[in-house]
Amino acid sequence: MVKVLMKGNEALAEAAVRAGCRYFFGYPITPQNEIPHYLAKRLPEVGGVFVQAESEIAAINMVYGAAGSGARVMTSSSGPGISLKQEGISYIAGAELPCVIVNMQRGGPGLGGIQPAQSDYFQAVKGGGHGDYRLLVLAPATIQEMVDLMGKAFDLADEYRNPVMILGDGILGQMMEAVELPSEDLSLKIPSKPWATTGAKGRTPNIINSLYLDPLELEKHNLHLRNKYEQMRQESMGETYKTEDAELVLVGYGSAARVAKAVVDQGRARGLKVGLFRPITLFPFPKDDLQKACRQANDVITVEMSLGQLIEDVRYNLEFKVPVHYCGRVGGMIPTTRDILAKIEVLANLQGEGEKV
Amino acid sequence: MITVFERPKSLTSAKTHYCPGCTHGIIHRLVAEVIDELGVREKTIGVSPVGCSVLAYNYFNLDMQQAAHGRAPAVATGIKRVNRDKVVFTYQGDGDLASIGTAEIIHAAARGENFTTIFVNNAIYGMTGGQMAPTTLLEQVSQTSPQGRDPSLQGYPIRMSEMLATIDGAVFIARVSVHNPQEVSKAKKAIKKAFELQQAGRGFTLIEVLSTCPTNWGLSPREALKWLADKMIPVYPLGVKKTPEEGEI
Repeated sequence: MVKVLMKGNEALAEAAVRAGCRYFFGYPITPQNEIPHYLAKRLPEVGGVFVQAESEIAAINMVYGAAGSGARVMTSSSGPGISLKQEGISYIAGAELPCVIVNMQRGGPGLGGIQPAQSDYFQAVKGGGHGDYRLLVLAPATIQEMVDLMGKAFDLADEYRNPVMILGDGILGQMMEAVELPSEDLSLKIPSKPWATTGAKGRTPNIINSLYLDPLELEKHNLHLRNKYEQMRQESMGETYKTEDAELVLVGYGSAARVAKAVVDQGRARGLKVGLFRPITLFPFPKDDLQKACRQANDVITVEMSLGQLIEDVRYNLEFKVPVHYCGRVGGMIPTTRDILAKIEVLANLQGEGEKV
Repeated sequence: MITVFERPKSLTSAKTHYCPGCTHGIIHRLVAEVIDELGVREKTIGVSPVGCSVLAYNYFNLDMQQAAHGRAPAVATGIKRVNRDKVVFTYQGDGDLASIGTAEIIHAAARGENFTTIFVNNAIYGMTGGQMAPTTLLEQVSQTSPQGRDPSLQGYPIRMSEMLATIDGAVFIARVSVHNPQEVSKAKKAIKKAFELQQAGRGFTLIEVLSTCPTNWGLSPREALKWLADKMIPVYPLGVKKTPEEGEI
């Protein structure tokens, strides 16, 4: 296969089409605009439909209708727009509809900024809207991985009948990298969806719904959803880099993990036993892999473009057995290798002096 | 034995939860009769709203989706874009369509989405207990306009059909009522025409049906029908607001 140089947003959009996505509903917002730009041209070529909705609220509800009709469908947005979609995402989770939602994160809160950030972590991994529910959250770190995860995202959505979020950021959306796209598989089979509303021809009606007025019934539904989220644990994925002997493990996802990876090599050149653990699924969180990666660790540092969000899940998943420190920049600023190395050296010196951190 | 009257196939045998004297039951039946007559029961997908008719998915014997409050036109857009050869309708009340869902209905109309909306206007929020609606009449008492709707405080009732009739993507907009048999018959004709235009792929159609809410109006069912005729129709005049052809329904 030939590699092509593509912008992240466009590569993601093409990968979605190749994963069988034929419907896109969205609303303009920076830094994800190249996704709708690309799909507005591309989807009609493959018999698909692109609709620019009047709002993110309308867009996600169009996704609900199309997903309920059995289509492979996606929407994309960024922070403020993802907040507007939360109502619809909650309904989609409640009604158990498969779809893919892309968040190319930017700085917040409020209108925030348009530069890359990872400050929507809690919103993505803890549900985000009202009610007890979870999204499957995938966090690519390269454009190639973003492309590779699109097919997986649609498959997971169908398998679990659950919304899947691709949690990217402005860097991944805007940068260009060489990618190998999956082949255009015209015989791609989308799993049959006998529950979809397609007209009740020769069968009893299908109903797409999230309302359970009887509290016992709703509790049963909630427990069913919980079982599904438990089952999703088997999907957890993470990547380790030089953690075998690491006394200090950096943990980061997405773009921040790329900076952290460079730090591992720089730290090792200075004789520090540094490694990296990069969760690829943020929900489910790859707990076992994280624990394994941190077996030898005296200290763990989260590298994040948020103000201490990832750190909570890292502490929790390490069961508070290892001290976990924070290193990050926010508001659209990106942590540098120098920032992280400085933090590592402070910790290493403290260890040397036998001090408790 | 000849059957002269029976339940339409497009309705289930479920007992509705509607209050005595409420006209939702009549409107459900009209929609179901039209679907039966057009022979499209097995290719129709309905969207129920949030409000009194939230449980419509239990009453229509059709594939149904339940939508978030006000978002039925967006949900119907998603359904229809996937099911281009199917018949799609939304069934929405005045709080749903004329308040929280104004953006969705206006833009579905503007895009000329090829589905039909049944807009049930009873000038009040029924399900939540009688709060003021955007269509509540001036001086009308509600839980949240206890002194009567005062335009200096609560603004004016909104005429959705007239507003939507100004939109190019809307092909057929009519306001009908179900307060007497003649009007019921006209209402059915209008609903049928809307569905037929949809089948012909003409674009967005909406039928506003004036409806009663005896419970929250604090009137008997009979008084409610009279109140609809005497008070609502002057503010919400019946008739075709937009049609692709000349003439009446």
